[in-house]
Amino acid sequence: MNIPPQQLLILAGILFAIGVGGFVIRRNLIVVLMSIELMLNAANLTFIAASRMHSTSEVQNLDGAVFAIFVICVAAVEAAVGLALVIAFFRRHQSISLDSLGAGE
Amino acid sequence: MVDLQKPFYGGLTLFFVAMLGWGISSAGAPGLAFGFSAALTLGGSLVCIWERSVVRSAFSLMGTFVGVAGLFILLGADFVGMAQILIYVGGILALLLFGVMLSPPDMEERKLSRVAGGLVLMGAAVAWVSAKVAATVEWAQLPKDELPEMTTSVHDIGVGFIAPDKYVVAFELAAVLLTVALVAAVYIARRKMADFEPAKDIPSKDIAGKEAAMKEIA
Repeated sequence: MNIPPQQLLILAGILFAIGVGGFVIRRNLIVVLMSIELMLNAANLTFIAASRMHSTSEVQNLDGAVFAIFVICVAAVEAAVGLALVIAFFRRHQSISLDSLGAGE
Repeated sequence: MVDLQKPFYGGLTLFFVAMLGWGISSAGAPGLAFGFSAALTLGGSLVCIWERSVVRSAFSLMGTFVGVAGLFILLGADFVGMAQILIYVGGILALLLFGVMLSPPDMEERKLSRVAGGLVLMGAAVAWVSAKVAATVEWAQLPKDELPEMTTSVHDIGVGFIAPDKYVVAFELAAVLLTVALVAAVYIARRKMADFEPAKDIPSKDIAGKEAAMKEIA
């Protein structure tokens, strides 16, 4: 179907802004990780939209799709390492609220 | 503080219905699919950063991921949409739900000053980025409406991944990155050997009794 690229870019921008807002507002480390995932998703959406904008009916542009797959891979890595960090943080501070960061040792 | 729960969800429902109506009125059935996916994406992300309960945040994040996957499929990137569902919903979300077990709900979280400060910062960031974008992107050169049909077949993507003149280096680097990250995650999250030393596990007054017990075992 035909989705105008402007609408997609605006949608990705709003999604990214929501991710930034969650990253700033929330204190729970896990929700901060989720906000990072939201921002990565917005970037993926932009990649796919741009890939579609640059392909013609003869030549398909696959760069966006391939890069979206790499971004998904990096997001998986980030979730794994981030969760390990959350566990280490919890072991040290007995809490995963970012406010307890200043209260530690 | 006033209870904002009902107004928030009421507004969200209105937004959802409005998106569906806008989709139908602008493009019929495909527009309905686009409106549904877009509303699922934005609504899920809003609930995710709004809800105090981390479990609800995690499950509304699932809505966002599924919505984005729907958008990918609508755009013709079927393979990426399926990978999104497999990896995000099946993998990352399950991983995050493990972390949820560590976290009690935080009732102080939604303080007005905090939310207002965050909104101001967010608005400033959005304004700055959109000003930059508006100044640099040449909107007239963007294709208007008629985008060609697009089908990214798995075959093409796979050939791109292993073709030496395309993405093979990045592909191998991604594999190395995944290996390193998994090892690093285990290394960070493991308990140190020192944590298992018996003398550290027990209060000091019990040490004498514990040592006697250990001698008995030995």
